[in-house]
Amino acid sequence: MSAQTSQPVSEGPPKGIGPMQRREMWLAYLMLAPTFLIILVIVAGPLLANFWISVKPVQLGDLRPPAVLVNERLRGGPETAGDSATLEYRLRNSSRDEEIRDVVLKDEVPAGFTVTGLPQGCELSGSALTCTLGTVEPGWRDRLQLEGTVSEEFLAANRPERASEPVVTGDANNVLTNFEFTFENFSRIFSADEFWSVLRVTFYYTIFGTGGALVLGLFAAQLLHTAFPGRGFLRGLFLFPYVSPVIAVAFTWVVLFDPFSGTLNALLTKMGVVSDPINFFGQRAIEFSIFGIPLEFPLALTTVIAFEAWRYFPLSFLFILARMQSINTDMYEAAEMDGATPLQQFWYLSLPQLMGILSVLFLLRFIWTFNKFDDIFLLTGGNAGTRTLTVDVYEQGFALSNLGAGAAVAVVVFVVLVTFATLFIRFSPKEEGL
Amino acid sequence: MRPASIVLTAFTGLLWGVMAMVVIGVTLTLITGEVALPQATAAGLAGLLGALVFVWRGSATGTGGAPAWAYCAVVVFLVLMIASFAGPFSLPLSVAPVWQGLALIAFVAGVTAALRLCLRDARFGAMSRYEREVIYIRIAKGVGFVVFTIIVALPFYVMVMTSLKSQQTLLANPLDLSIDFSQGLSGLVRSYVELFTQFNFGRYLMVSAFVSVATVVITLLLSVPGAYAVSRLRFPGQALLARSVLLIYMVPAIVLVIPLYAVFSQLGLRNTLTGLLIVYPATTIPVALYMLQGYFRGLPAELEEAGLMDGLSRIGVILKITLPLSLPALASVSLYVFMIAWNEFLFAFMFLDNPDIFTLSRGVVSLNSSEVPRQHLMAGAVIATVPVLVIFLWFERFLVQGLTAGSVKG
Repeated sequence: MSAQTSQPVSEGPPKGIGPMQRREMWLAYLMLAPTFLIILVIVAGPLLANFWISVKPVQLGDLRPPAVLVNERLRGGPETAGDSATLEYRLRNSSRDEEIRDVVLKDEVPAGFTVTGLPQGCELSGSALTCTLGTVEPGWRDRLQLEGTVSEEFLAANRPERASEPVVTGDANNVLTNFEFTFENFSRIFSADEFWSVLRVTFYYTIFGTGGALVLGLFAAQLLHTAFPGRGFLRGLFLFPYVSPVIAVAFTWVVLFDPFSGTLNALLTKMGVVSDPINFFGQRAIEFSIFGIPLEFPLALTTVIAFEAWRYFPLSFLFILARMQSINTDMYEAAEMDGATPLQQFWYLSLPQLMGILSVLFLLRFIWTFNKFDDIFLLTGGNAGTRTLTVDVYEQGFALSNLGAGAAVAVVVFVVLVTFATLFIRFSPKEEGL
Repeated sequence: MRPASIVLTAFTGLLWGVMAMVVIGVTLTLITGEVALPQATAAGLAGLLGALVFVWRGSATGTGGAPAWAYCAVVVFLVLMIASFAGPFSLPLSVAPVWQGLALIAFVAGVTAALRLCLRDARFGAMSRYEREVIYIRIAKGVGFVVFTIIVALPFYVMVMTSLKSQQTLLANPLDLSIDFSQGLSGLVRSYVELFTQFNFGRYLMVSAFVSVATVVITLLLSVPGAYAVSRLRFPGQALLARSVLLIYMVPAIVLVIPLYAVFSQLGLRNTLTGLLIVYPATTIPVALYMLQGYFRGLPAELEEAGLMDGLSRIGVILKITLPLSLPALASVSLYVFMIAWNEFLFAFMFLDNPDIFTLSRGVVSLNSSEVPRQHLMAGAVIATVPVLVIFLWFERFLVQGLTAGSVKG
């Protein structure tokens, strides 16, 4: 709109943001705002909160903030109007470790109850009762007794003391929000013997699970590349493990491999392949020796890795197949004319073409496998030498009820992940466009 | 005559003989519940000789008579029966004779067909590297088809069949995975009936359906404008955002669980469906936004510009032009999000304590205790799997395109 105002043409395109562009920008930000908001609250916030929780001595039980619990009841058993009775409040500090400050109890004295004696610290104005109790110790218990007489109206009502709930307020240290920090969580997880074995298991699981899924996927894609009757059916079937709910397939594997009533072990023992049932998900290692060197085969870990490869090969299969079908066939015809054998064609033509998608898949699957929690948790619960970092988060935070230690492990997970991501972004091929 | 060619032929026959016998023997065992001990050695020998005869007859030129595969089939059958003393499955003939007969036919037919496919054009004379590699690849593919089909199908077969059994038959013979029609229809589906009547699975099914559909709706409501902004509007940070949106998808759920658990507990959102419906869209929006923006970019911008010129607002353009054009993408994104929400386990497990609002995933986990028999657990697994598999098969084409779109350049 400022075109007429004698600007020389030679100055080139306008710099900065014009009003229309600015409107477009604000519209874009407005449209993205809900997405930003929910991701900020549910993803970015918790990521930061993890760092906070990891340096706090917080247990699962601390999530319920300390409070004074109160129980109101009528004592003395009044039977006729004018009888004396006692309204009793039993109070208790729910926490055994934290004091509560400025405790105040408020309640309505039930209609028809005439107060004759007030306990210390309590005031009555009309029917509103206010008791100032001050600071109470950890594990404190007390009773407040309100003496009084009852009227006919009181006796006729059904449990009149329940008409109004007593309200107790007070300030307590909330361990989540105070400024008390500790590095005990980190020192605990790093000094534990099992931490390094957990780290090792995590890497075995991630590397072999990813590799297995990729190799199986590549193989399956080769099978279904050429057209034949029943191909659509097989493609659908091959995707089953990936689309089924993890609980369904994980429990099916557990049932299938069960040492006592599992089909697979029954087959192996009845057919005489093994003499005793094998506890695939429960046995840490099989010991054997080659040339006198004792070696261990991590059985449960291998089974879990096999599950991982089985469940996620469809994803790589799908991507590799899509890529293969987009490769130009002229190349293969030329190679055929030049006398290249099928394996040579695969090695020198197909594989280089697939390298891009393979490395992208490796990157994605590597990170997702590293992040995987459900599968191992459902299959073994992290026992028998299959505890990975993610299962350790659950184990520390919820099984051992130490939220702080769990968050500390989660911080380790996050740091390792960021390291991977940085490495991958630096070294991954650019042309595949992920 | 080249020894290498003969060895290759013999090896092919041996491999198929052993494999067909093991597969068919195990299948026979699972179907009849009788322990068949497959005679792998005899079967290998039968396959080996069959392969040799097949190649010999196939390369013998000018002789009329029966085709080579017929000779092969006869040899396979005879050698198997002789080498295994007429008991190829080590079962007396009186036991399940029909199934044994079918298994025998399946074995002979399977080995013959496999040899015919693998050793077509093979000969005992010198074969070029090309010809040999063709045979290697046929063998590898054949083995691949058999192995993949079995490893994929077997767990699902076990899942369904176990759910149809009763406790006694399961304990008596874990190998018997046949359908026992003698107990009648009501006996077959007893586990399912009990799940729906005593274990409240009808409710879990409704909750799961509600949560999944609500997640789809929320995700689409939020990600469609976002995807449109990223793909069509120019603003500072657009390129960065388009690239980094997928990074959110890399954040592990387990890292979010502890803070969310802590905060949701204090806010009273933990044991509620509202809590789940806040968390689920947050995990699905990034991937939905990524898939949608890839599709929006592919739509011709001229159509939208024409709409703008004709006086539509941006919102009008999105509602009247962009969305109708991107129905396939919306469908595939919806399905994908639905599947993610339906299959989600971790948050449902951590957040839900109240059996009235269990999702199916959470409900099936609660069946995994020593008090609940195995067939109930498997029936629960089937109930959780069937809806998502039906939807998947119904819309497979959409889904496959949606999954691979955007990331694979064709």
